[in-house]
Amino acid sequence: MVGVKSVPSPAISADDRSHEVDHPSSQVAQFGADQPLRLDCGVDLSPFQIAYQTYGELNADRSNAILICHALTGDQHVANEHPVTGKSGWWDTLVGPGRPLDPRHYFVICSNVIGGCMGSTGPASINPATGKVWGLDFPVITIPDMVRAQAMLIDRLGIDTLFAVVGGSMGGMQVLQWTAAYPKRVYSALAIACSTRHSAQNIAFHELGRQAVMADPDWHNGAYADQGIHPHRGLAVARMAAHITYLSDAALHRKFGRRMQDRELPTFSFDADFQVESYLRYQGSSFVERFDANSYLYLTRAMDYFDIAGDHGGVLAKAFADIETRFCVVSFTSDWLFPTSESRALVHALNASSARVSFAEIETDRGHDAFLLDVPEFLDISRAFLQSAGKARGLTGKEG
Amino acid sequence: MSVQEVLPLGGLTAEQPGPFRADHLLVAEMVKPGSKVLDVGCGDGDLLQLLETRGVDGRGIELSREGVNRCVAKGLAVVQGDADTDLVNYPDDAFDYVILSQTLQATRQPKVVLENLLRIGRRAIVSFPNFGFWRMRLQLLIGGHMPRTDNLPATWYDTANIHFCTIKDFVELCDAIGVKMERAEALDLYGRPLRLRLPWWVWNMFGEQGVFLLTRGGKK
Repeated sequence: MVGVKSVPSPAISADDRSHEVDHPSSQVAQFGADQPLRLDCGVDLSPFQIAYQTYGELNADRSNAILICHALTGDQHVANEHPVTGKSGWWDTLVGPGRPLDPRHYFVICSNVIGGCMGSTGPASINPATGKVWGLDFPVITIPDMVRAQAMLIDRLGIDTLFAVVGGSMGGMQVLQWTAAYPKRVYSALAIACSTRHSAQNIAFHELGRQAVMADPDWHNGAYADQGIHPHRGLAVARMAAHITYLSDAALHRKFGRRMQDRELPTFSFDADFQVESYLRYQGSSFVERFDANSYLYLTRAMDYFDIAGDHGGVLAKAFADIETRFCVVSFTSDWLFPTSESRALVHALNASSARVSFAEIETDRGHDAFLLDVPEFLDISRAFLQSAGKARGLTGKEG
Repeated sequence: MSVQEVLPLGGLTAEQPGPFRADHLLVAEMVKPGSKVLDVGCGDGDLLQLLETRGVDGRGIELSREGVNRCVAKGLAVVQGDADTDLVNYPDDAFDYVILSQTLQATRQPKVVLENLLRIGRRAIVSFPNFGFWRMRLQLLIGGHMPRTDNLPATWYDTANIHFCTIKDFVELCDAIGVKMERAEALDLYGRPLRLRLPWWVWNMFGEQGVFLLTRGGKK
């Protein structure tokens, strides 16, 4: 008989995750009926809320605010312990004392995106009209919608111009959308491992992930919350597939090779004989502890729709015409999800707009995920870019 | 107030610029303060740093990834790119000056590059090693091998420089494509300008490199 072990069940109860959805362990900005969020799909979302974290203090002339935009499965907990998993902040290589984004000098803000599941309104939130979880009744959202919501938050915080908007991957898309939609409100933009449009290959991977979720019988056409269950298996498979795209062949080989997991010989079963299988299963199962399946569908969809040039008559440079924002674009050599060619196309468009842009390609074998890791050259460049922009902006350090 | 004092963070700091190369100082002297400049083939960004100390809004293109990353780590606005292929992306009149410092001889199509410089910039500053320099001539004439100097130490088989020219050749190219020379300087072995107003053939013989400030001429 062939031994089969399915993806293990999550160790953290669904209650921990779903509690964060409506009652996050973060600051929350509520927007009432008088302040609806105009969505690209034509719906006015109202009321809604945005959950956010801040680090450091806003200076007297409100000129030191940096907005961090998180990636697909990220959240607002950039540099603090995660309330569900207990893990340290997802970008504590970049944000923290002595780090390039030092809260002793900058007021760092990160909000959970609209459509997310860590406290900002999304498909896992309660729909006030019905008293039930939104599920698939939640309107489809886009990257511009996320940014529009963030702009409302920034207004609420009394900030006119952000010193910098920073993000990687889907976060980088939001950075670019910020500069295209609110060029005067963004003094500098650090866009990492991203693109101005989602490629066909990336849409294809997302479709694979969504189909995995929807194929799980526990998904119940998105109404699983009513049944008190969650399509763990489908979402875990989606995460496993996506996770492969965040790495590189070289990184997987270096990390795991063909090594066996706690055994010398193959078991002649579909058990996780190889370390790489065990690793992926772990990635899948730990992800479902903290993420909502419908939220995954909505956010991947938002990325798929993203195409800045498409919103500007097909000419990318038009999106950035006469822009004064200082740009720094960073890509990684082994990133095949958002390859350097995508960043280069962006840089060409920015050049065509005579924008001030720095562009560095970092050599690493760690794939797309490199932006989250301790890659010294990337961190040095981020630091120098912000320092240079800070100097031009007249920001002086307290310990300067 | 020093640069250091206004930087918001410690850790990696912008390198203190200087001392500057003599040819860079000459180029910088040709640029009006406060103008917008593109440095094509900006290397480690030394010239851009010099220009920024003079209030110039400087941008750079550099072929090597290491060079680009060192520039960006100094806070300079530099992108990875190739003078032969990437200048086409820039719109007309985007800059007051476009600088091509010691790079012309490494391009595949020097004529096209030169034309692009003066499309993108209202003025261009071009410097290049002069292959008519007496030592070069002597090495070829007496030594019978391809010239190598302290500034151009590579052998013929591993050099990136594929289109050498003399000052005289360059002047002829400018004439041929209708480019006006607003200012011309020849530098000696130590990068110091030959200050005397000498005939072209003397410069072509004794200038180790040429530096030209160019503008668009009338159509020929």
